[in-house]
Amino acid sequence: MLDSTELKSKIPGWGIDLDPKNRPGVPREKTSPHGTGAHWDVPDRQIPRVKIYKSSERRSLTPVFGTSCPPKGLSGVLRDYAYSLSEARKSHWFLLIIADRVDEVEGILGSIFQLRPHNPLKEMGLATEFKGEGFRSRFGQHRADVRRMRMEALLVLGLGALLLGRKFIFRNPDKQSTEGLSTDRRKFGRRSSDRQKVA
Amino acid sequence: MLAMTYRGPYRVRTENKPMPEIEHPNDAIVRVTRSAICGSDLHLYHGLVPDTRVGMTFGHEFTGIVEDIGSTVQNLKVGDPVLVPFNISCGSCFFCKKELYSNCHNTNPNATAVGAIYGYSHTTGGYDGGQAEYVRIPFADVGPWKIPDWMDIEDAVLLTDACPTGYQAAEMGEIKENDTVVVFGAGPVGIFAAKSAWLLGAGRVIVIDHLDYRLDFIRNYAQVETINFTQIKDIVLHLKKLTDYLGADVCIDAVGAEADGNFLQTFTGVKLPMQAGAATALNWAIDSVRKGGTVSVVGVYGPTFNLVSMGDVLNKGLRINANQASVKRYLPRLVEHVKEKRLSPKDIITHRIPLEEVADGYHMFSSKLDHCIKTLLIPPKAA
Repeated sequence: MLDSTELKSKIPGWGIDLDPKNRPGVPREKTSPHGTGAHWDVPDRQIPRVKIYKSSERRSLTPVFGTSCPPKGLSGVLRDYAYSLSEARKSHWFLLIIADRVDEVEGILGSIFQLRPHNPLKEMGLATEFKGEGFRSRFGQHRADVRRMRMEALLVLGLGALLLGRKFIFRNPDKQSTEGLSTDRRKFGRRSSDRQKVA
Repeated sequence: MLAMTYRGPYRVRTENKPMPEIEHPNDAIVRVTRSAICGSDLHLYHGLVPDTRVGMTFGHEFTGIVEDIGSTVQNLKVGDPVLVPFNISCGSCFFCKKELYSNCHNTNPNATAVGAIYGYSHTTGGYDGGQAEYVRIPFADVGPWKIPDWMDIEDAVLLTDACPTGYQAAEMGEIKENDTVVVFGAGPVGIFAAKSAWLLGAGRVIVIDHLDYRLDFIRNYAQVETINFTQIKDIVLHLKKLTDYLGADVCIDAVGAEADGNFLQTFTGVKLPMQAGAATALNWAIDSVRKGGTVSVVGVYGPTFNLVSMGDVLNKGLRINANQASVKRYLPRLVEHVKEKRLSPKDIITHRIPLEEVADGYHMFSSKLDHCIKTLLIPPKAA
């Protein structure tokens, strides 16, 4: 490790903000020496012209708010309910995520009804896979995400194999006799050995 | 006007939207000259942020020219070139008065746990962002900062978020002379955190990532040591060995919710929304820092809970400092650093693309193609 003198000569500006007086965030809470720019004590209020949700942890609507994409459709109903719950409730956030997925489906259906269907390939920017050398950027580069994707693929394949295997087991020759047994059981109740166990 | 719009996870496009309007007497309308895609935009793009609605315009890093102002705006005039901090703040609430602009209580009706941010879902207020030709700026007398004549617009756009966030990350590390600082993440914020650690007097700076091209870049740009964690069996143990088995004085999490490196964390936090993102980098930071050390968190996590080694925080007596950057309070000092060439933010920009090709920009940045570090979007009228 280099000492301070060596670091000063090697790195432009080294230590220039070492003194806490030069650090804008020290102390963490302080009055701005330049003022905040606000020339009001209480700000004017924006008038809501679309539906704006308010966190239930707030007393009233804030003086300003965004008006992008007002709630609509089924996703809007879900958002209505989500905002009736406090931010401390995990269900508030999970419902909003579910509403987002519903909103996405509504967007797709809407575009089809308006005869302007989406072009998912273009919207996903997949052309850059060729322009941006997708293969070379990913492989042979020690990328953790590529390793993870391999694990995920293995997991999916493993689950698939498990499901197929299960299906195969149920299809084995014993299946028929098992089915026969269960029919007998339905007809005649428990086997005598079962009855003995109960006794 | 032309604007980027969100269509669903991994799908965005540009389309024509109505022009933004003055909706409050202290609003301004800004014609965007440059906007950037931020690493945290990827959380929206991947559908991980609750209440991200189809049709929304993202973008919280942008510069522009004032096109129109509301009746009470005093500090700006039409034609002023401005950089706009990503936080929307009123300048007069309990938090703004303490310079905690990112925690403003008067601008986000949808949540109390987070302040308002441009183009960052309805969870942060439902404001359209700057990846468009025009954008509405609430409390125009508080947020926007006039760009000095000598400043390059590309330096200015990075002073709206990435650079101040990196600087604040280092500052929250409470770095003392010759401290060893470990930065997790070699993205734009990690790069500026590492660079800022030197300004704050660090004696040794080590950066951890898994992308070789980013580590190569940061090694040259910020003169730091780098480690690709995929080439090490146990990154925490490795860092302990490098620090005489004590641990680093300061660890910075500049990664956040979409960290790789632990399959269980990524699977439960990113693939399934069972926790608010993968806390891999945060746990590594907690485990790599020395007892009594400081962990600084600027990586973005969702609003629910995470699997975090809280017992280690307690038993090691750690201090955890975290917040979104209060950009406005850092601008005077950072502008000075840029002027004196101690920081050169624009050097990290690798891609400049037309706004119309926003889908390509997102995919390239998200998939880390073509050695992408920072992408700028250029609206048609600003080209």
